[in-house]
Amino acid sequence: MSFRHQYLPHTDAQRAEMLAKVGVPSEEFLFRDIPEKFRNPKMTLPPALTEMDLVQELRTLASKNVVPGEYASFLGAGASRHFVPSVVGALISRGEFLTPYTPYQPEVSQGTLQATYEFQSLVCLLTGMEVANAGMYEGASSLAESALMACRLANRYTVLMLDTVNPHYREVVRTYTEPQGIRLEVVSADHLSLHEDYACLLVQSPNFFGSLEDLAKLRQETAAKGMLLVVASDLVPLAMLKPPGEFGADIVVGECQPAGINSSFGGPYVGYFTCKEQFIRQMPGRIVGKTVDTQGRTAYVLTLQTREQHIRRERATSNICTSEALIATSMTIYLATMGKQGFRQVAEQCYHKAHYAASKLAAVPGFSLVPSGTGVFFNEFVVRCPLPPAELNRQLLRNRILGGLDVSDQVPNGMLVCVTEVNSKAEIDTFVKAASSAGAHR
Amino acid sequence: MTSQRIDERDNRLLMDRSAPGRIGAKLPPLDVPAQPLPPQSVLRADLPLPELSELDVVRYFTRLSQENFAVDLNFYPLGSCTMKYNPKVNEVTAAMPGFSAIHPMQPAETVQGALELLYQLQGILTEVTGTAGVSLATIAGAHGELAGVLMIRAYHMARNDTKRKVVLIPDSAHGTNPASAAMAGFQVVTIPSDKNGNLDVEVLRKAANNELAGAMITMPSTLGLFDPNIVEICDIIHKAGGLVYGDGANMNALLGRVKLGQVGFDVVHLNLHKTFSTPHGGGGPGAGPVCVSERLLPHLPTPVVEYRLGGKPEYILGRPPKTIGKMAAFHGNFGVLVRAYTFARALGSDGLKQVSGDAVLSANYIQASLRDLYDLSYDRRCMHEVVFSARRQKAQGVKALDVAKRLLDFGIHAPTMYFPLIVEEALMVEPTESESKETLDRFIQVMRQIAQESKDTPQVLREAPHHSPVSRVDETRAARQPDLRWKPKR
Repeated sequence: MSFRHQYLPHTDAQRAEMLAKVGVPSEEFLFRDIPEKFRNPKMTLPPALTEMDLVQELRTLASKNVVPGEYASFLGAGASRHFVPSVVGALISRGEFLTPYTPYQPEVSQGTLQATYEFQSLVCLLTGMEVANAGMYEGASSLAESALMACRLANRYTVLMLDTVNPHYREVVRTYTEPQGIRLEVVSADHLSLHEDYACLLVQSPNFFGSLEDLAKLRQETAAKGMLLVVASDLVPLAMLKPPGEFGADIVVGECQPAGINSSFGGPYVGYFTCKEQFIRQMPGRIVGKTVDTQGRTAYVLTLQTREQHIRRERATSNICTSEALIATSMTIYLATMGKQGFRQVAEQCYHKAHYAASKLAAVPGFSLVPSGTGVFFNEFVVRCPLPPAELNRQLLRNRILGGLDVSDQVPNGMLVCVTEVNSKAEIDTFVKAASSAGAHR
Repeated sequence: MTSQRIDERDNRLLMDRSAPGRIGAKLPPLDVPAQPLPPQSVLRADLPLPELSELDVVRYFTRLSQENFAVDLNFYPLGSCTMKYNPKVNEVTAAMPGFSAIHPMQPAETVQGALELLYQLQGILTEVTGTAGVSLATIAGAHGELAGVLMIRAYHMARNDTKRKVVLIPDSAHGTNPASAAMAGFQVVTIPSDKNGNLDVEVLRKAANNELAGAMITMPSTLGLFDPNIVEICDIIHKAGGLVYGDGANMNALLGRVKLGQVGFDVVHLNLHKTFSTPHGGGGPGAGPVCVSERLLPHLPTPVVEYRLGGKPEYILGRPPKTIGKMAAFHGNFGVLVRAYTFARALGSDGLKQVSGDAVLSANYIQASLRDLYDLSYDRRCMHEVVFSARRQKAQGVKALDVAKRLLDFGIHAPTMYFPLIVEEALMVEPTESESKETLDRFIQVMRQIAQESKDTPQVLREAPHHSPVSRVDETRAARQPDLRWKPKR
């Protein structure tokens, strides 16, 4: 008798019927193109579990983790914890959103297509940009693809990047650009010397350390050298801050995770990718457009596909294929629900709570704020601690607090603290108190 | 009075459904003293977002979802995409707060459960592929491909073998293969298939010279065929100093039947959103881990989970010594990896072997049941998918496209069409192990009826689908007059 399982509907009687129709004596016979020497290797996996045991096994693993929410968390640096209304999970767990393929058959995919058109629209409205694609893997690879696109547009093959860009993003940009023979120079905004060989300047604002960069000045300086300005930004700050599009950025990219997406140990997330309309034929990734069907009804469809790998193969603008459609829909539902007032409220609370936390921490003897960029920050900031941040974090953990990120490799004794609307005043005060007592016992 | 026709579908976009002052969510009041605001010059004047009630949002997106086809609704015979059932328990485990709420930058000692799961999954995937190691950091198939060719590049560079610029790719390959090779800075040379659908070994032999970096091979090929010369092919590439890359998109045919690492593949990426049952979500999220042989281990994308003994034993995120670097900001699509682990643990070794057995049997059953009405370009048994050619129907004035669109009227998704490119009017059908014989029989019955219709009433096919939310769409207009976002009315 064959292995029986709820995922495998064939009965042995049906298998026998099917084998007869095919005209082979056994299933084994169907694998005869595999060289005999390598056929049916021994495969030893952990034993199969029934659903009851499986859930218990996974619950045991999950229980070995410290969970933000049960612990106060002040971790950011590219991902952060925010309130997500129940609507988001309820809608995206519908099988009709969860289990379709990429919408290559528009007649039976209007749901995904229209939701993606909404995603593109909302991303444009938030960033102040003209066009957006259907989404990228996540923020860092979006920035890397923007560097490749800028080189193609400018026909120049040196990329300049500020040293205040998230170091993980910097590394991904290097992974993507180096094999194509693109030179990557990382510089400080204080020692910026631009010239006509550079394709673009990559900046992040708010930057890795939480501070805003002077986009107006950088736009002016890059334009003078015919360089493209690429800005990476998370979405939440854009609910309050003047968007990069209004500063004249050419390409704006970033991470959507803070807007309605679980932190989930780093993924799945979704990156957004926008540019000026004139550059659209060099854009990577999928794009949904509005059109009509044969009866003149509004319909949505994947468009401008001649940029893409399945048509253009080695001359495509990118190899990207399966991306993060469902997660893009999460963000779309989140923004639709939070809306104009709710999303602004999220941004404002992040701002006020972070500034409250920063002022309280800065008042603790031995702690001081470390400014970066223009010195104006949004909801993340670096505080210099009187003890190694890793040690402080161990003490905070005993108080059920996940402290900020240890950035002492970049700022001596620096901790990058992120505060959002989910951090209550009580949590912030406990954090400050615990930090104060750890500092005092030095 | 003029009367305006009311559209059956209230198709207004979010921004057009807005009413000023309406809200869909609110936060508790700010519990800290308000802080001084930044200068006006950096603040935005207006935030143009929708203003909807919670029910507005629920109805709108529920209605949208109902215009989608999905695996949960019916049969999805989409070749090379492995649209198998996505078990519900996978969603339950991935949503456990101990997984879904943890932050990627938490100290290792606070995420030991997550790291242990990843470590176990690494073991499962290397065992399935017969490889020495894996990185789970790549988050889609094409992302894994790019990492794979970047490792091949790094391997040659580390040996100061700088002249290797060429990657060989069969003409049946998926478009991401040449696109990934080009992104890694390689020149692509296409190798034709022979008359049996196998790689043309003689052409390969001539092309394999000292400029060869490697070859990208999909096994089984996109024709649904296992190349019986694969050992010789790997041998030719290795003798020329190249490495063999395996596109694991079709791994569903091979589970427990052959380990590509043993055959001679140096790197294999897996699509966990195909073979390991994680849902496609309308185009992602996926996960594309890369499994490698011994000699590519040092180049794996970072991080790789390691188990460290001595002192307090613990799992850590390790950095391979000569890594190609980071491919994304964090450690991969963890939520997808939890689902894949759940699937592998639900089935175990015997279960996964039965998966490939049933997937291949079902594809052959469809082939045997339709071969009298639809042509086969290569007359041999297939693996997990069967590629028909609608050239006989084309002679009756009906294209592969029309056959595919007509299937939609019967509640069955269209097969993959016009791919692989080397098959005229290709219709590529992959049933997966999930579909019962009853479902396959209905598909066969429908395909037979469509073959008859193509003779009797070809117009019905050319205008299909007839029962979908929209009919065929004007793709030319979409491309020529791009309308890619909502804009305020003037």
